[in-house]
Amino acid sequence: MLNNFKIRWHQGSQYIPDVTKAKVPGIFRGRPILSTAKVDETALAELCPTHAISVNPVRLDLGKCTFCGECAVQFPKKITFTTDYKISSNDREKLILNEGEDLLIQMNPDLIREEIRRLFGRSLKLRQVSAGGDNSCEMELNAANNVQFDMSRFGIDFVASPRHADGIVITGPITENMAEPLERCYNAVPSPKIIILAGVDAISGGIFADSPALNREFLTKHTIDLYIPGNPVHPLTFINGVLDLLRKRGGNFTYR
Amino acid sequence: MKPTEYIPIKNNQVIALKDIPEYDYEFFLELNVGFLKDNPARHCVNYFGFAAGNDVKLICCMADDETHVIDVSSSLVGHTAVLPSFTAQHPNFEKFEREINENFGIIYTDHPWLKPMRYAHERADQTQQIANYPFYSVESEELHEVGVGPIHAGIIEPGHFRFICNGEQIMHLEIQLGYQHRGVEQLFLVKKKLLERTTLAENITGDSVVGHTTAFVNLWENLCGHTPEPALLWARTLALELERIAVHTGDLGGICADMAYQLGESVFGRLRTPIINFLQEWGGSRFAKGLIRAGKINFPFTAELADRLQTVLNTYEPDFDEMAQQLFSLSSALSRMEKTGILSYEQLLEIGTVGMAARMNALSRDIRASHPFCLYETLHHEPIIKHHGEVYSRAQIRRLEIKQSIGYIRELLKNVPDFQKPMNATFSPKASAFVLTLVEGWRGEICHCAITDAKGELVLYKIKDPSHHNWMALAQAVRNNDISDFPICNKSFNLSYSGHDL
Repeated sequence: MLNNFKIRWHQGSQYIPDVTKAKVPGIFRGRPILSTAKVDETALAELCPTHAISVNPVRLDLGKCTFCGECAVQFPKKITFTTDYKISSNDREKLILNEGEDLLIQMNPDLIREEIRRLFGRSLKLRQVSAGGDNSCEMELNAANNVQFDMSRFGIDFVASPRHADGIVITGPITENMAEPLERCYNAVPSPKIIILAGVDAISGGIFADSPALNREFLTKHTIDLYIPGNPVHPLTFINGVLDLLRKRGGNFTYR
Repeated sequence: MKPTEYIPIKNNQVIALKDIPEYDYEFFLELNVGFLKDNPARHCVNYFGFAAGNDVKLICCMADDETHVIDVSSSLVGHTAVLPSFTAQHPNFEKFEREINENFGIIYTDHPWLKPMRYAHERADQTQQIANYPFYSVESEELHEVGVGPIHAGIIEPGHFRFICNGEQIMHLEIQLGYQHRGVEQLFLVKKKLLERTTLAENITGDSVVGHTTAFVNLWENLCGHTPEPALLWARTLALELERIAVHTGDLGGICADMAYQLGESVFGRLRTPIINFLQEWGGSRFAKGLIRAGKINFPFTAELADRLQTVLNTYEPDFDEMAQQLFSLSSALSRMEKTGILSYEQLLEIGTVGMAARMNALSRDIRASHPFCLYETLHHEPIIKHHGEVYSRAQIRRLEIKQSIGYIRELLKNVPDFQKPMNATFSPKASAFVLTLVEGWRGEICHCAITDAKGELVLYKIKDPSHHNWMALAQAVRNNDISDFPICNKSFNLSYSGHDL
């Protein structure tokens, strides 16, 4: 028992006091900035393995980006990645970045349903469904609740049953073989409920987008409440994305 | 023909496809099954079919850990062939033959477990649906079944576990996978650009990004006759050992979680963070996505990074040692780990278990030692071997391998090589060639194989994650254990769903 206390003492305080202002170490690839520099645009678009870059004007879709960083290596004057991890939005369009702009990625308050803030503002229980996810997003979602990121402090938790959940978090490109289990899980969540897509695979299919082994019909049938880019999503991206969804509207809710 | 006529190849060696000897099926069967007989240093690293017109070319790759070669042979059979199975004579081939059956429709008359493997989209029989998997069942009023999944209670990948229990005791476990199937192997052929293929390799399974990507780039460079600068091999070795430390640490936390030892869960869980954060400092991703590239590295390792990594390890190690010391001397923890989920040496051999899960009970399977790649030959790697085959051994192996990896990293950091600026090399794959690559990831042996056509285009890309073998080890290990011990058994293996389903 004493040893346990000693270890606890040696570990000190590990939690990140303010997850909305924390800095990520090193050269994390977060929100990219596209300059107006003139480059061979066709070569730039051709380079991207997931067709996230379009030209005329040059735009980069974070919902398709795998954050491999190759564009920034080969076209350093055109594209740079910042460490800004707040890259989620409830508006798919807002994930598309334009050249010459350096704007924070925002929520679209008009798209946030009234019941989300009213019912889930202080407590949001989520069921996670991996539908072809490669286990990296899944591990980052687990990390969101470790002693460092400690997402539970905001009343946001992952729960074991859809019956206990207020919504689902989907990772992975949604395989044909997971299409039915996903639909059944969603149906088992009591209404009102939300859907969060975590990671490039879930948002656009990522590198698997044109695979015949996928079935993404689920996404055409239901409204998506939040898109969280990343490959995988960083725990801070996830936590801030969900916090923004819950508190942006009204703006009078503060966290202790 | 004498049953020694294979083509022996080294890890990463490229050969002409036509140089793989082709035998009639009966001889091919005897040859490969006979190869395993009474020799624990030998096992099947890959066995697959390759569509050749109206026929299927079966290619079998048998590793011999003593001679450090992989013996390759083949046989041409019809699409509608009805054949005796390898599996009836040696269970090593169980999964491989199920895959051949699923993909091509070849029937095995005496395969004891001929069920769909992953319900791949290109399966021969499209009427087979994942919802109708033929589970084994027992008619008895005393036994009951417990079905778990495909969606699990935690945040993990999907798969279905069907237990047959007598009261609390597990009599039988059947693990049905395939939910994660994304068609990775097919996409390797469809997507022609190197970066697309590298990205695919990085997304095979997120816990082994370095492992699978290293396998791909080693394969690709060799297939294209490209000799990488030594610094790249150094970086891959370093990244592999960092990945091993990170996952092993997280797994020790998971094992603690599954025995409700919260301090261990928290401390090991948080100790994983500085390691993966270092990967981010080096390459911009906590999972090392974007780090390993064929012919180059976009993030050269620097003297500053070397200092930083020394500091990270110097702070990690005492914390890790203290926690591990406590975990492995806590009687309540030991009583949960000891004699739980045991597999005997003989069972491991039959299953063809690889990697850490083989080393837990005297079976030395470690590609770093037996078929060395990257810098492992110069590190003189000695596999860590335990002898009890249970959760305790699997946890101990992690503890010792973490320490060993830290030692290797310190060794590597003594000579940080000079890195060139990232330059794109040109790659042209050899035509009509076959290449096989083995990498020891943290979980075990990763095998990638490729075949090119007369123009040098990829016409086959085969991936085998260590989980391919080891899922059966988990299913066998839980027999006669209480069902409440399933989570800790499962975590002690920590197998990949996406790596299996592809």
